[in-house]
Amino acid sequence: MAAARHENRIGLWGWIGGGRWGIERYAYSLHRLTGLAVLLYFLLHIVVTSLRAKGIYLWTGSGFFHKPIFRFGEYLVFAAFAYHACNGIRLVLVELGVAIGKPIEPVFPYKTSLRVQRPLLIAVMIVALLLLAAGGYSGLTQ
Amino acid sequence: MQNTRPEQRTIRFHVSRFHPENERGPYVQSYEVPVHEGMTVLDGLHSIKDNLDSTLVWRSSCRMGVCGSCGMLLNGRPGLACTTQILKIAKTDLSVGPLPNFAIIRDLVPDLSSMFDKHRLVHPYVIRADEAEIHDPSGEFYQSAEELEHYLQFTYCIKCGCCMAACPTLATDARYLGPMPLTAAERYNADTRDGGQRERAQVTGSSRGAIRCHYAGECSRVCPKGVDPAKAVQLLKRRLVLDYLHLARKSEPCKKLKGEGSGSVMPKIATAPAHTVEARKEPENLLQHSSSATIHRP
Amino acid sequence: MKAARLWTWHMAAGVVLFFVLGLHMGIMHLGEIGHWFAPYGNLAVSIANSRFRDGMLTFTVGYIALLAIGLFHGLYGLRTMLLELTLRPAMEKAITVFLLILGIGLVGLGTWAAVAAHGVALAGVKG
Ligand code: HEM
Ligand code: SF4
Ligand code: SF4
Ligand code: FES
Repeated sequence: MAAARHENRIGLWGWIGGGRWGIERYAYSLHRLTGLAVLLYFLLHIVVTSLRAKGIYLWTGSGFFHKPIFRFGEYLVFAAFAYHACNGIRLVLVELGVAIGKPIEPVFPYKTSLRVQRPLLIAVMIVALLLLAAGGYSGLTQ
Repeated sequence: MQNTRPEQRTIRFHVSRFHPENERGPYVQSYEVPVHEGMTVLDGLHSIKDNLDSTLVWRSSCRMGVCGSCGMLLNGRPGLACTTQILKIAKTDLSVGPLPNFAIIRDLVPDLSSMFDKHRLVHPYVIRADEAEIHDPSGEFYQSAEELEHYLQFTYCIKCGCCMAACPTLATDARYLGPMPLTAAERYNADTRDGGQRERAQVTGSSRGAIRCHYAGECSRVCPKGVDPAKAVQLLKRRLVLDYLHLARKSEPCKKLKGEGSGSVMPKIATAPAHTVEARKEPENLLQHSSSATIHRP
Repeated sequence: MKAARLWTWHMAAGVVLFFVLGLHMGIMHLGEIGHWFAPYGNLAVSIANSRFRDGMLTFTVGYIALLAIGLFHGLYGLRTMLLELTLRPAMEKAITVFLLILGIGLVGLGTWAAVAAHGVALAGVKG
């Protein structure tokens, strides 16, 4: 029998991780998910708002766009955006080598750059939560 | 021999088995292994092979976290079998599998050659215009202790592949160079003796290079040597961006000790032995053996 | 190097979006608080207020810029994910071309709409 090659690549599941992973991995998964969600909204948004040139203002009046279910959906998009924007700023800083520290001598127990940027991660998550609260308040009072 | 040690316990090892010539895919075989405090996973595997099943296959050599042979998936997390205490990670059950994102040669033995091929691609050695000086040195290069710190951490890599097994991008992207080769690239880019950054950027700045990393940080979390590959990859990205925007500080590879020409080889230093392994040429062609890894030349 | 260059612009676009999109959301949804660029009543997204902004050249230009930057950032991000699936090179090429056409098409649509709405708003003011 010919040798069967088994690639053993994890596949898409590997993007999410199996539950024994760290917080940066989940931040990464959520950044992808929210990026896609905001992109989908954005594509629809372009079409809907472009119609105003023909005098069609779909978002005014009391159509589907004012049903609570749509308003809630809009809030989810806002939440995705708030997370993506705040985490995105952290990623820009980290991926340009800011906030990860200098190379150090590895002495056990090892301290990695993950620990150096963790306060930044926490800070941007707090900002995202504040934005969520503000957005929720504004949405409920409208 | 009777158990006199208090910390003795039986741990069920769930070991991934696969013989490519006889089987279609991996399956799990369980063994009950008496374990006492101080036993590493590698000790446990030896115990299985000696007492329960002599057909079990894995790769190890130094049994002290130096050679990089024994990377495995231990309870779902990549790590070295020889430096992982069984009782630290297992109460009753322990799953042992080959490092993912590498093809399986047999049982717990991953085929690391894809990683070594990518390693070769980044030209992991000092590159200088005065190449003759490397092969036949007339003096020492000057490098301060502080300059050494810029890359010292990244030299501790033992090429075990744990980072490659943990990286989410490599979970789907066979072409991505991955944390270990990119760390090696940054190790040489940050070396003041080196002038090969542009040459390496051909591949580190390509679509299979550093931009495929999204700082999920897994590589640094699992690295058994504290190399912090995620840090190296971000520093590499910074280098690529600064170079592109012409914001990088201009620097020349360092000169020989006390200025050019004046440093000399210390007397009574033995000459380097002849190469024992023939250098492989054209690593680019090598990669074409594996079906999925094709090169994109920028 | 080409890939790293494009990625640099993806990151830069992200930073720009952070500020410009933040402003956009503030203007559109904080109507009761700020009344920025919304002189007609409480609702910032009402037809009258929308026309008012469409009549200002800054907004017309801003919409087009936001459109282009947002589409580049978002579609490049989508491409990033798709190119990490080890697809055949021909497939990757097809994805790049498709997303490029989609992006250019939508920038075209949005630009036309912004310019046309600008004209409508100005005509409304005059007429
Ligand atoms: C508001 C400010 C924004 C910032 C600061 C930001 C930042 C970023 C950054 C830094 C990345 C790269 C992550 C990486 O490759 O490691 C990214 C990816 C992405 N962004 Fe944004 N972004 C913003 C807005 C948007 C918007 C409006 C969209 C949708 C139109 C979007 C869609 C995406 C997508 C689809 C990705 C790809 C995700 C990935 O490759 O992991 N982003 N963003
Ligand atoms: S960086 Fe760490 S995990 Fe990766 S190969 Fe080197 S030693 Fe192993
Ligand atoms: S930090 Fe980058 S290289 Fe390391 S595991 Fe995450 S994506 Fe892979
Ligand atoms: S046996 Fe050498 S690193 Fe484990």
